[in-house]
Amino acid sequence: MLVFKLALKNLLGAGLRTWLNVIVLSFSFIMIIWLKGLLEGWDRQAKNDMIKWEIGAGQFWHLSYDPFDPLTLSDSHGTIPDVLSDSVKSGSLVPVLLSQGTIYPNGRMQSVLIKGISPEQEVLALPSLKLKSDDIDIPAIIGKSMAGSTQLKEGDYVTIRWRDKNGTFDATEIRIAAIFDTNVPTVDVGQVWLSIDKVREMMLLPGEATLLITDRKGWQSTDTDEWIFKDQETLLSDIENIIKAKSFVGIIIWAILLMMAMLAVFDTQVLSIFRRQKEIGTYVALGMTRGQVVKLFTIEGAMHSVLATIVAALYGFPLLAIQAIRGISIPLESKDFGIAMAAKLYPVYSLALISGTVIIVLLVTTIVSYWPSRKIAQLNPTEALRGRIQ
Amino acid sequence: MNNEVIINIEGLKKHFPMGSGRFTALNGIDLTFGRGEFAGLIGPSGSGKTTLLNIIGTLDVPSEGKAIILGESVGNLSAGASASMRKSQLGFIFQSYNLFQVYTVFENVEFPLLLQKIDAPKRKKMVLDALEWVGLTDKIKSKPAQLSGGESQRVAIARSMVKRPAIVLADEPTANLDAANSHNILQTMEKLNRELHTTFIFATHDDKVIGYVKRKIFLFDGKVVKDEKIEKN
Repeated sequence: MLVFKLALKNLLGAGLRTWLNVIVLSFSFIMIIWLKGLLEGWDRQAKNDMIKWEIGAGQFWHLSYDPFDPLTLSDSHGTIPDVLSDSVKSGSLVPVLLSQGTIYPNGRMQSVLIKGISPEQEVLALPSLKLKSDDIDIPAIIGKSMAGSTQLKEGDYVTIRWRDKNGTFDATEIRIAAIFDTNVPTVDVGQVWLSIDKVREMMLLPGEATLLITDRKGWQSTDTDEWIFKDQETLLSDIENIIKAKSFVGIIIWAILLMMAMLAVFDTQVLSIFRRQKEIGTYVALGMTRGQVVKLFTIEGAMHSVLATIVAALYGFPLLAIQAIRGISIPLESKDFGIAMAAKLYPVYSLALISGTVIIVLLVTTIVSYWPSRKIAQLNPTEALRGRIQ
Repeated sequence: MNNEVIINIEGLKKHFPMGSGRFTALNGIDLTFGRGEFAGLIGPSGSGKTTLLNIIGTLDVPSEGKAIILGESVGNLSAGASASMRKSQLGFIFQSYNLFQVYTVFENVEFPLLLQKIDAPKRKKMVLDALEWVGLTDKIKSKPAQLSGGESQRVAIARSMVKRPAIVLADEPTANLDAANSHNILQTMEKLNRELHTTFIFATHDDKVIGYVKRKIFLFDGKVVKDEKIEKN
């Protein structure tokens, strides 16, 4: 306890030197927490958006469906089995029928993925009600990115061409009924959403679907011969892998920030031991053991991070809280990253993140404080008293 | 002074490595000190007086021979035991005061008592007593940087005396002081020696100090060349 009191007294007594270190260290604290919070917020948002816009709580896939092989799409459909038809009727399973097609916006040609979904569905965040047809025309909805690349606007008509189940080409005009804004490129880029009834009619596939999206977790695997259940975790595995790759970069940045902060503490400790030799000798002359002096200097170094935590909390808490509430604006071009990314990111600062960062910084500070302090144990007190550098 | 021997040095030698050879700082010292002595180790630079003081202060160990301090052989003391002896029985006064710059006068004097874990009320009384001995009760909240050289050395004396040690070792205590302050300091120490029967041993070549000590031990090239006691009234 005495050593703690002395260490605190020495630190506070050192004035500006201490506070400069503490402020630098507190910046590192805030930067580390901010960076990790931002990545965490991004990850969480990406996952939530994927669930909200595309994945739902899980999906049944037709046996032949392979999202990475568009050539198999023409065979990836089947009738909904009896065990699932009640859930489809109640709306807790949303069927989606996929097909390849081509649109001709403004005289250009573009391949698209035609997706049919029930206008009444409430599982995904798509504005599917806009797909309700008045039989005058065929309403379609597209995402903002798709609208941007095709230069289509709400109310525009565009020709769409497809092949039915027999391989016969057909074409019609669709009306862009709505343009939705989503962060999930996999429901937006290169895709046209139509009513599933219309797609079934176009494809000559009544009552069929490519996949069924569930509205809640807890679906037991009710695989049939033709349908395979994919839970949410499986469907999120791709984004999890991207997050892992991103986390690795985050760890490197985190390590650099931590190293910069530790360098400041290490530097101060090394300087202290050379500059305060007489003081060290005096401590020993007055009856402290060398071990106690090593402890004193180590605690002094480690206390920088304790003070930095307090200082960081004073200015960092409101700063980070404002960001967590108001979010951080991200330029629109950032959608080019290929994963769900909102125009605003909301950092997530969990208790585990904050306490983990504090503990790690405290531990590392203690180690880098102890490292140079060990030299004290080798110091000859009679030489130290004279302030002779050894 | 009584006849109780508290320091007994026999055949003491101290060598330091120097290049490929060694330098002999003390070369066969035989000395005894009784309780309450006011003695000076006198000699030019390199005569071995500071080395001898360091061994008596358990900051260093003999290369040969023995040094028994308060019944303990310095060469056989563990690090903890020697620290414990310094903490409770030995006081140090240094040429450049060696005060802790970030502490106040009160805190500097209090420091040895904190190490001894003496409770706060008793500690406060002991610190105030020590500061009264050296006439600095009006400076308790000052920092060393705000004190003159003489005042700083008086704080150092108070710090060395606050725990009522058996022995105080003073290495060139007046080297950085003017004549008036030197006399003031020496009178203070003489008074404490008289009233508290603390043994004072000085390492010095300052005539002012030599004028005050009651025993003059002259060292030259690591040997005692003269040991004379002066009877003073």
